[in-house]
Amino acid sequence: MSVFINSDTRLLVQGITGREGQFHTRQCAAYGTQVVGGVTPGKGGSLMDDIPVFNGVREAKEKTHANCTMIFVPPPFAADAIMEAADAGIELIVAITEGIPVLDMMRVKHMLKNSGSRLIGPNCPGIISPGQAKIGIMPGQIHKPGGPIGVVSRSGTLTYEVVFQLTGQGIGQTTCIGIGGDPVNGTNFIDCLAAFQNDPETKGIVMVGEIGGNAEEDAAEFIRSNVTKPVIGFIAGVSAPPGRRMGHAGAIISGGSGTASAKIAALKSAGVHVCENLGLMGEMCKDVFDHLV
Amino acid sequence: MKIHEFQAKQLFRQYDIPTPAGDVVFDAARAKEIAAEIGQFPVVVKAQIHAGGRGKGGGVKLAHSFDEVSAHAASIIGMNLVTHQTGPEGRQVRKVLVEAGSNIEKELYLSLVPDRNTACILIIASQAGGMDIEEVAVNTPEQIIQVLVNPLIGIQPFHCRKLAFGLDLPASVVKEFSHMVTRLYQLFVENDCSLVEINPLVITHDNRMLALDAKMDFDDNALFRHKDITAFRDLDEEDPLDVEASRYNLNYIKLDGNVGNMVNGAGLAMAVMDTIKLAGAEPANFLDVGGGATEEMVENGFKIILSDPNVKGILINIFGGILRCDVFAKGVVEAARKTQIKVPVVVRMEGTNVEAGRKILTESGLKLFTAMDMKSAGDMVAEVIR
Repeated sequence: MSVFINSDTRLLVQGITGREGQFHTRQCAAYGTQVVGGVTPGKGGSLMDDIPVFNGVREAKEKTHANCTMIFVPPPFAADAIMEAADAGIELIVAITEGIPVLDMMRVKHMLKNSGSRLIGPNCPGIISPGQAKIGIMPGQIHKPGGPIGVVSRSGTLTYEVVFQLTGQGIGQTTCIGIGGDPVNGTNFIDCLAAFQNDPETKGIVMVGEIGGNAEEDAAEFIRSNVTKPVIGFIAGVSAPPGRRMGHAGAIISGGSGTASAKIAALKSAGVHVCENLGLMGEMCKDVFDHLV
Repeated sequence: MKIHEFQAKQLFRQYDIPTPAGDVVFDAARAKEIAAEIGQFPVVVKAQIHAGGRGKGGGVKLAHSFDEVSAHAASIIGMNLVTHQTGPEGRQVRKVLVEAGSNIEKELYLSLVPDRNTACILIIASQAGGMDIEEVAVNTPEQIIQVLVNPLIGIQPFHCRKLAFGLDLPASVVKEFSHMVTRLYQLFVENDCSLVEINPLVITHDNRMLALDAKMDFDDNALFRHKDITAFRDLDEEDPLDVEASRYNLNYIKLDGNVGNMVNGAGLAMAVMDTIKLAGAEPANFLDVGGGATEEMVENGFKIILSDPNVKGILINIFGGILRCDVFAKGVVEAARKTQIKVPVVVRMEGTNVEAGRKILTESGLKLFTAMDMKSAGDMVAEVIR
């Protein structure tokens, strides 16, 4: 099994006719994802490859029965695109766009609370259930279908590195979720940990965090009381200086909070196996997860 | 993006948040003229740099005469001001704010920040004004009042009352205070701020509120819709290498070590810095060339890294997903030829078409060290710089 998506997921792409949107739509379709439609206001009625394009999400959903959308809309218009998807009742919204203003995301977050939609991202690589569906920009071929490990991460290429090492050890993945590097995002570590804990095919979890905020500390508390499956954690940014934004909008140590050492200590105290050297992640996964594979 | 105190006070005035009379000047003669316009003493002369702790570093001085105004302005302009936020190298002062001194009855603290956990705007107030608020939060947390404002609802009178009564303000200033907090909130959301801080906010002898200091920071991702704020950017306050990197659209932060590094992706870039440190060396920078690093990006990346004279070796770590390793390898070879790299370069590539990529590097004739995984890449670069 997988979490949040599976082979039945019917995908829309908002911003399908843009350069990035086109490229990644094709990549997702080639991986086997059911891409059923796209949305570009003003281009309704046209086709991208053989995929129908609509002017709005509500119409696209009615005509295609899509239950998921992937957003490639540029930052100034991305919050609007997310809200349009929620307004149309799309169940899962995956926002790839990087650079959405924080205040826009704050408003989106409150609007989503009163909707039935789940948001993944923004500023994320997306979500993949190997062998079933790829909704995002991650390279599909480094993943290994069949589980038993669930991966959740705030970062893109760092996740690819972790997945690559898992696959290299012969360990497959149920679902890999990038929750994004922005300070205000949708689905968080705890949502993913809970989903993995409840998924019978997921036997172990890798959680990849980084400096900034206290999502990892909250996740550690959740793990302590709710997660019985083994968890391996990695925190990037041990050597990052305070007060500087390290690429991701959310990756900043401010006022002494959000440090890697505090996060590592919290995870350790909750019984998480913390990997201190990313180069050794694969070996550690083999040690901790081998009996599960 | 940070701005100067005098710029923040300009914005305050636009939102009728009271500030002392004054203006920014670039020389001592002009400082005297501003003092004359103010028309009373004492006058405060304040260094304008993007760092706190200016007073303790000797960058804020009180003047009781025209001669003192020009003497202070002359001594502060051009000085190298060292504070706990500038680092030991300090910052050169190029301008000062000359403004009216105030009769202070009481000093308060007030700030607004986005709260990432609740997606609300957090207003923080304290009676412990003029002090380091982080220390107040640790030592006397009962002196901190916090109010969360849902951005869909916006600031309401009850939010202001909660702050005013929490601060135990005299009844005579509650109305003025509430108006000021409301206007500050509007300033915050209308300009996509990531910080507005007034420390101290003072009550004067004649029971008026006055923002003695003003600190503002803005969400870089929202600057596209604030041309007026973008105009406040002061390149003199930024590291020249950071400025050059931003011209190339590279995500670069200069650090103090001697191992330059170039990585695709911010999270992986941080992890590579950590790997260098674990191997016993120190990273010279953070550099994320992005998911689709082109040859041009790599070339610019090399230029930026090499313009830091401390760099003794370079580690390139690329995870080829969408970006193919063979394409990237060609970029490295071309860029290395053009920029004439004289320090050892360790390359670690993984992902799509990695074999073809490694072949291109080996056959290039360039002095490149190839590492097979991340750990050995870190060890290798630490070794070659010894």
